[in-house]
Amino acid sequence: MLEIRWHSRAGQGAVTGAKGLADVISTTGKHVQAFAFYGSAKRGAAMTAYNRVDDKMIMNHEKYMRPDYVFVIDPALVHTTDVTINDKENTVYIITTHLSTEELVAAQPRLVGKKVFTVDCIKIAQETIGRPIPNTPMLGAFMKVSKMYEMDFFKESMQRILAKLPQKIVDANMIAIQRAFDEVK
Amino acid sequence: MAFDKMELRDIEVWDGNFAAAQALRQCQIDVVAAYPITPSTPIVEGYAKFLADGYIEGEFVMVESEHAAMSGCIGAAAAGGRVATATSSQGFALMVETLYQASGMRLPIVLNVVNRALAAPLNVNGDHSDMYLGRDSGWIQFDAYCPQNAYDLNFIAFKVSEDHDVRLPAMVHQDGFMTSHTAQGVNTLTDDEAYGFVGDFKPMNDMLDFEHPVTHGVQTEEDWHFEHKARQHNDLMTKVMPKIQAAFDDFEKLSGRKYNIVESYDMADADVAVICMGTSVETAREVATEMRAKGIKAGVVGLRVIRPFPFFQIAEALKGVKAIATLDRSSPNGAPGMLFNEIAGALYNTGDRALLSGYVYGLGGRDLTKAHLVSLYNELQANVDAGKVTTPLQQFIGVRGPKLSFL
Repeated sequence: MLEIRWHSRAGQGAVTGAKGLADVISTTGKHVQAFAFYGSAKRGAAMTAYNRVDDKMIMNHEKYMRPDYVFVIDPALVHTTDVTINDKENTVYIITTHLSTEELVAAQPRLVGKKVFTVDCIKIAQETIGRPIPNTPMLGAFMKVSKMYEMDFFKESMQRILAKLPQKIVDANMIAIQRAFDEVK
Repeated sequence: MAFDKMELRDIEVWDGNFAAAQALRQCQIDVVAAYPITPSTPIVEGYAKFLADGYIEGEFVMVESEHAAMSGCIGAAAAGGRVATATSSQGFALMVETLYQASGMRLPIVLNVVNRALAAPLNVNGDHSDMYLGRDSGWIQFDAYCPQNAYDLNFIAFKVSEDHDVRLPAMVHQDGFMTSHTAQGVNTLTDDEAYGFVGDFKPMNDMLDFEHPVTHGVQTEEDWHFEHKARQHNDLMTKVMPKIQAAFDDFEKLSGRKYNIVESYDMADADVAVICMGTSVETAREVATEMRAKGIKAGVVGLRVIRPFPFFQIAEALKGVKAIATLDRSSPNGAPGMLFNEIAGALYNTGDRALLSGYVYGLGGRDLTKAHLVSLYNELQANVDAGKVTTPLQQFIGVRGPKLSFL
């Protein structure tokens, strides 16, 4: 079982990102689950979304999770919420920030000793898609860190998932995914 | 057919709401009268979009409340159309008056209920308060545990509900957010397979058949009211279960997916069993398997059909079990939980009287964790070892503050 927790603000596309990732993984024959904690979420409120991936049918519906990966797609959440809650010894963090990994860990002592990768998904999204929607870049970074799939397959799958958007936006997302893949450290 | 068909992949990653919306499209619903409410809105929104995009020949009626939504559905069903809608929580509560009208008028309407807590305090998350509120309304109630079930049970609901020997409305329940907003793989039917399964709508006593005028929604006082109600109850008690079983059998032939009126997992030799509904059934299955690895013979029983209540099937499923926990996701407000009472009734006259204890859990979407279920199974095993219920009969799982227990 592979488990991922997303930290996001409502409106940044964590749910869409989690569902998109589930869709891609599902086409490879694995079982998937994607869900979120909403509450009465307002745009900008801190929220979490989740992915589960397994070789067999996923029957666990508990919201409690000890994630293998933590994605943080808003740069402030690493300071205002505890993104390390319920983590494991080998949990891998991919965090959106303009800081270097060293600077970020120094600024947030909870991350000391953890496996932390950083990438500026917000900046990448601004410069490619033109809006601060950091979900697809995060998936590009995840492909690099996890080596889950070849980029060609992943981008092809994401093009299908984003197909209802205008072609220009789809193309911009592909550039964003590639940039995050290249820039994550 | 004058509408477009949709090409679906064999497995689509859908949440429970979208799965239900796709089922409504494939059943070609004539009329949806609906009013939005979290978390069920995307079902009727999905229908409206499919309609606007030319995938359905039908009509979407926007109304000013859930009371009007069900009233619109009743009118359309009486006129002779295939009718469905969706609601949750407060919307469901506002519909209650009209729910009794729909069943009393014997109108085959399908209502998707995305289970959510009832205020106060206001809460949009999933529990079974609304589902429990509907259990005396004369509707058939199916319960989904995951998005796949939410999709499949819609077809089965239409098939059973519209049968001329049944003609009773049906609800398809799914857990708010835990199913409705949780995306999982859903094995799809093609449009032709799905429509072929439910078939063309065959109206009966429809108001728009001017050759054979009929009256709907009549008044009967003490001269006839009791006979109507008794016959309606009779049909629920005697005619519905065989039709559900037949629909489950046909559906298995079509899809390979087997549904049972009562779902039993690891029950053949179980000493301890949990009985529950919704997503909790699946989580409990996983925990039961883990308990068996630890030497506790654990099983799970899930209700697939809540009304009519599967009185004999439940007793059969629980045969030989030594300790049972009933899990109610709704505050009983002054009584044991519904499942505790119903199961006690079903088992009272059977030979082996298991130790029965009741639990209230998950109100307002409170998480039911695997750790909770592990302690629960351990508690049941302790009851078996002691030969008696060692705890109060009613406990609360996962509530903060001093431990609550009663009876």
